[in-house]
Amino acid sequence: MTHAWIQNILFLVLLLALAVPLGPFIAKVMEGERTFLHPVLGPVERGFYRLMGISGEEDMGWKTYAWAITLFNLLGIAAVFLLQKIQAVPVLNPEAMVKVPTDLAFNTAVSFTTNTNWQAYGGETTLSYLTQMLGLTVQNFLSAATGIAVLVALIRGLVRRTADGIGNAWADLIRSTLYVLLPLSLVIALLLVSQGAIQNFSAYVHTASGQIIAMGPAASQVAIKMLGTNGGGFFNANSAHPFENPTAFSNLIHMLAIFVIPTALCLTFGRMVKDKRQGWALLAAMTVIFVGALAVTTWAEAKGNPGLKALPVDQVVSVQQGGGNMEGKEVRFGTGATSLFATITTAASCGAVNGQHDSFTPLGGLVPLWLIELGEVAFGGVGSGLYGMLMFALVGVFIGGLMVGRTPEYLGKKIEAFEMKMASIAILLPSAAILLGTAVAVLLPVATASVSNPGPHGFTQILYAFSSATQNNGSAFGGLSANIPFYNYGLALAMIVGRFGVIFPVLAIAGSLGSKKATPESLGTLPTHTPLFVGVLVSVVLLVGALTYLPALALGPIAEQLSLRGVTR
Amino acid sequence: MNLQLRPALVSFVALSILTGLAYPVLVAGLAKVIFPRQAAGSLLHKDGKVIGSELIGQSFTDPGHFWGRPSATSGPDGKPLPYNGGNSGGSNLASSNPDLKKAVEERIAILKAADVEQQGPVPVDLVTASGSGLDPHISPAAAAFQVHRVAKARGLDEATVRALVETRTEPPQFGVLGDACVNVLKLNMDLDGLR
Repeated sequence: MTHAWIQNILFLVLLLALAVPLGPFIAKVMEGERTFLHPVLGPVERGFYRLMGISGEEDMGWKTYAWAITLFNLLGIAAVFLLQKIQAVPVLNPEAMVKVPTDLAFNTAVSFTTNTNWQAYGGETTLSYLTQMLGLTVQNFLSAATGIAVLVALIRGLVRRTADGIGNAWADLIRSTLYVLLPLSLVIALLLVSQGAIQNFSAYVHTASGQIIAMGPAASQVAIKMLGTNGGGFFNANSAHPFENPTAFSNLIHMLAIFVIPTALCLTFGRMVKDKRQGWALLAAMTVIFVGALAVTTWAEAKGNPGLKALPVDQVVSVQQGGGNMEGKEVRFGTGATSLFATITTAASCGAVNGQHDSFTPLGGLVPLWLIELGEVAFGGVGSGLYGMLMFALVGVFIGGLMVGRTPEYLGKKIEAFEMKMASIAILLPSAAILLGTAVAVLLPVATASVSNPGPHGFTQILYAFSSATQNNGSAFGGLSANIPFYNYGLALAMIVGRFGVIFPVLAIAGSLGSKKATPESLGTLPTHTPLFVGVLVSVVLLVGALTYLPALALGPIAEQLSLRGVTR
Repeated sequence: MNLQLRPALVSFVALSILTGLAYPVLVAGLAKVIFPRQAAGSLLHKDGKVIGSELIGQSFTDPGHFWGRPSATSGPDGKPLPYNGGNSGGSNLASSNPDLKKAVEERIAILKAADVEQQGPVPVDLVTASGSGLDPHISPAAAAFQVHRVAKARGLDEATVRALVETRTEPPQFGVLGDACVNVLKLNMDLDGLR
């Protein structure tokens, strides 16, 4: 346990050290200022604009901005779908992968475009290298760029006064990809290869003894899968696979890559609103939720599986062994690095896994599930985490405003009926999709037939699937046989609702706030950079999450935990 | 609204070429120059043939070799095929699933039948399936548990085998990351090299 916590603290320190310079850098890039990368990438950016026939400076109203983002994402869905349908062509396809069935191809196309990366297929048994590169790797970049763009548009709405526009969507998408995602991915990919992650275009290796070893351009995709909080593995076992995540150090790189942009964006926010304390306050609220969640998972997994207590199995943590609940985990990581990874990947909307969440202890699995359901606002996805958290911040100042009887304000902007309606939609629509989707699934025999574990855990598998899809996480309780038309189409719908059901209200708020005048601060203004506000914000997130999901969680992991304790007594 | 059509199409195609072709090819090129062995899969050769990858575990079941962790991978026919590097994955059995308990009981019975003198509690990683099904490692405790069996089967001294295990034991990386582990394939190759 001590060993695990040294690792946890080291992670948080390194994360902060990396995010502090990155945050202001992203702000500069998104505001069009020059950076050290501009001598090389500036001409590329301008070349893009010339080909596109725009200047990159045209200001868009929120509806135009939303239309641009929608169009861009629709193209993504179409491209990934088509690539899967024509993948039998012998281009970068040494294993002669055949065309993907329509329901699965649709699910995968929506999944990667919405930054979910739910995978109803196994990479090494289903997809050609061309599909992985030109289809999935591309969407790993572009869905992350979409998240950053929408966030920056929202920040502009908060900053600008009586403005008509919230920025140019094309410039935002291109700048975040060129200056932030691409250079960082290149560095991360090479670091991963140095540890043993593979990057080649060879056919699968057949060893002298007949073992088949899958190959492929994995490292380049894995780098952006983590950095863009996408999470879709090149291989079926995702970050548990030794060719994606060969060592404990590569594992640290994976984890830092998930959190570094979401953390940095809080500081980007502080810089753009010209009050750094505002960014630190949001980061503090995220950290409180994250560390609390991490403590529970780390403890539950290190304690081991209560169901094996009666057998002659040694689960005790010692110098000689990592111990704990090792089903579905890798020895080189142990329960400590796996618990940390699981908490990070679900606090963010990443969904990559370095161990199988389905085999976690009931409490160890409850935490990732609940983090997803909270809306992944503790750090959260690239862009989506912070714009999600800002929705809760609006609810927070609204409740605070009601308490003292004044019009609620955030950063000098009045929060009125329209903003509250939109924020409520952004928070409640995903919740409804998760609970209603689960409810429909448990009523349909075709859906319940996919469940692989008996008892309350079987219910959790379905609940996890709809939570993960709706909140665009992508991790799974993988025993659920999700590759059937019901889940392929049902979960794709959930992903669309969870992605665009939040993006549109967020952009609407951005437009509405941007058109308002600033109200000068007064005695009655609730300051939003204080520990008091951090407390309010954490409470709002946890209360909404608890009120919405506790009944469902009681039927799943909580019931399972109680029944396991009953067995051992 | 159609004003956005051209920028959308052009940016999508250009960004696809940049991130979906240029970037992976660039990484592959750089990797091939800087880390050629790793990029190709850290493959191990013997007599000019590939015998495996040091990062991908293999199935060992004879008493004279160290055994790796149980693997839940399956073959193209859907039947169990441990350590199938063409189809990675875990068991996804829940903690509460009676099938998990049964599987663990069977594994304990097999381990103890292979060495009747070793009747202590079994290290947990030796009786639980790994996340990838390809875990190349076991814990030092799981290696120590098998020393007696391996030494006996090979007619070696326990101390010799224990010393080999020790040289193959990797501490947590940089002292803090992950857990200590032993690479089973490399350890077994050392053993075979003793003869």
